[in-house]
Amino acid sequence: MRLIVSGDSSLWEIVRLTLLVSGIALIFAAILGVPSGAWLGMRQFRGERWLKSVIYTGMGFPPVVIGLVVFMLLSRQGALGGLGWLFSPQAMILAQTILALPLVMGVTMTAVHAVRPELRLQLRSLGATEGQVMRTVLSEARFGVIVGLVAGFGAAISEVGAVMLVGGNIEGKTRVMTTAIVLETRQGNFELALALGAILLTLAFMTNFVAVRLQRD
Amino acid sequence: MVGIDKSKHSGEALYQLSSTQQIYGGRTVLDIGALEIYQGEILALVGPSGAGKSTLLRLLGFLEKPTAGQLSYEGQLCDETWPDLENRRLATMVFQNPQLLRRSVIENVVYGLKIRGQKNGREEVANLLNRLGLTDLVAEMATTLSGGEAQRVALARALVLKPRVLLLDEPTANLDPYNIKLIEDIVCEENEKQQTTVVVVTHNVFQARRLADRVGLLLSGKLVEVTQTERFFTQPQSSQTNAFVRGELIY
Repeated sequence: MRLIVSGDSSLWEIVRLTLLVSGIALIFAAILGVPSGAWLGMRQFRGERWLKSVIYTGMGFPPVVIGLVVFMLLSRQGALGGLGWLFSPQAMILAQTILALPLVMGVTMTAVHAVRPELRLQLRSLGATEGQVMRTVLSEARFGVIVGLVAGFGAAISEVGAVMLVGGNIEGKTRVMTTAIVLETRQGNFELALALGAILLTLAFMTNFVAVRLQRD
Repeated sequence: MVGIDKSKHSGEALYQLSSTQQIYGGRTVLDIGALEIYQGEILALVGPSGAGKSTLLRLLGFLEKPTAGQLSYEGQLCDETWPDLENRRLATMVFQNPQLLRRSVIENVVYGLKIRGQKNGREEVANLLNRLGLTDLVAEMATTLSGGEAQRVALARALVLKPRVLLLDEPTANLDPYNIKLIEDIVCEENEKQQTTVVVVTHNVFQARRLADRVGLLLSGKLVEVTQTERFFTQPQSSQTNAFVRGELIY
């Protein structure tokens, strides 16, 4: 507690980077996942079941495997090796985006699918364009979309394996809360590890609290 | 509706259907030989469930295109490119289930105006809400309304757009007499004042008689008979119509 209250600068640097990496990853996952999830929730097409199964599998994908794939992509011989992102925050953002995307997409898809199809007919009959129908249906499914975003953020911020692999847990550069907890625990600094754990829990609680508040309105 | 001239329409066909068919998955749900709907009339479509009434309404609302045959509006044939958005917006439909958004009453009512980018007409909206007895409910969430209130909101949301064609799909099914009368009166008023063409689908033959200038009977996707309301009830041409209005039709 003393560490949190005293405002230990290295500790807050870790918190700042954690929020930055997971926040940006969530933004990317939202930009990609919400429209595509909404589209999938509103359409019927060939291979729909197959694609949905892939997304649902992605929702429970082992993060460390995602880390491994991103590591291989970004390593010098990898397809994206030229970017020079390995062991940088960019690599962590990429891994967390891939991790959060199926969650955002899958939950949005399910929420949009649950909006009654007659409503879409009604909206078109009121003169809505396809884009306006989609926006309104998303707004009707907003509780579900919020749940998807919270779940995506939760998965990203609490994940350790992938960021450890692709970020490397470099102090002041790629050390985030989860990787710091692993390191501090191994070194026997339980006080710091516990302080980080408390902050992580508080963040998770606050995110969910805000989500629940939004759902009531 | 006492005092309403039952032959007030202009005699110009707004819609013309000929050999119009709608087929879902190989099943013909609608097969209309010929039908004209006149500008400014109230046409009621009656018939048992599954007769194709709602399907016909969706065609008239440009929500679906016919599988075969023709449907034209003001002489313009509906095809792949027509109606465009502007013309599609001439017709508006109210469903049996009010289909309100999880928003406040007023946000529901102005939805159609908002998506058209229209910001004026506040006075008219207020006037309409007043006529429908919704003024005190404007700030309420639509999800908290009773069935009658919700259906009145759905009607207000359609009428605020001043549609040229108002399509009503069982608008008062499961409502109490007070709400039924309120809704019927407003529909008649709009039809008289704005010359709105109204097509109403109903199970209730009494409602058809109260509201309509002409009534048509649909059975198994086919139009059995369409004629002036009084004639429909007193001197039907078809024995099936006769049986239907007397509640004796077996289907």
